[in-house]
Amino acid sequence: MNEHDEQMKDLLRRAVPPIDNVSDAARDLWPVMLRRMDEHALRGPRAVPWFDWALGGALLAFAAVAPRTIPVILYYL
Amino acid sequence: MRDDAGGVLSRFRHGDVDAFETLFRMHQRAVQGWVLRIVREPSAAEDVTIEAFWRMHQAHARFDPERGFEPWARRIATHAALDWLRRRKPEAGIAPELWDTVPAPRESDSAVNTEIRNKTAQAFARLPAKLRVAALLAVVEEQPHRAIADALGISVGAVKLRVFRALRLLRKDLSKQGITP
Repeated sequence: MNEHDEQMKDLLRRAVPPIDNVSDAARDLWPVMLRRMDEHALRGPRAVPWFDWALGGALLAFAAVAPRTIPVILYYL
Repeated sequence: MRDDAGGVLSRFRHGDVDAFETLFRMHQRAVQGWVLRIVREPSAAEDVTIEAFWRMHQAHARFDPERGFEPWARRIATHAALDWLRRRKPEAGIAPELWDTVPAPRESDSAVNTEIRNKTAQAFARLPAKLRVAALLAVVEEQPHRAIADALGISVGAVKLRVFRALRLLRKDLSKQGITP
């Protein structure tokens, strides 16, 4: 680090001052966490992303058009 | 005591919610404090902390009790905070009203006028998130390079390189605006 870097660091510290007492304001977040876990449990397993459906559909379509490729597709699954 | 702590970690690994609550209560403040240093907004820090613990809960089976909970939690929290920074528009990174959440500049700062500080903060907010995090933690928060490297999952050398690049890019941006530190 040269002198210019030290000056840049100093300017940065003045522009973005460090945060003091970071944990003083922390409130109990466990109830929020529990709520999130409950919501997830109510919704059930995570839905399959659209991309996975699209990929599966494309593979099926490809297999329907070219049935000979089915063993190759199965090999790479 | 150690056996008990080990038991909690082991039970957490097997998906025990009570063990997760124990760990949550033990580490929430530390995780939230670390996240706040990165996102710099108390409300966002809460959201990111919840997101980080959610990821920990989802990944409990991959947790290795031998390596301890805190480093693992800090790494997940750091990546959750990075994701938050990436989602955020650069222009929104330095909203003046958010400056109330950080300490006022010291008396000695009078030489650096408000405009230069604003432009520096704006230029800093435009940096890539991964450079910003390294510079925030190393330069602003003065955290040890080793701790930053562990939290980001990179080497100490890579942390120094990111800080170096962040400072260079910042200076370049400011130079374009006619500001020479």
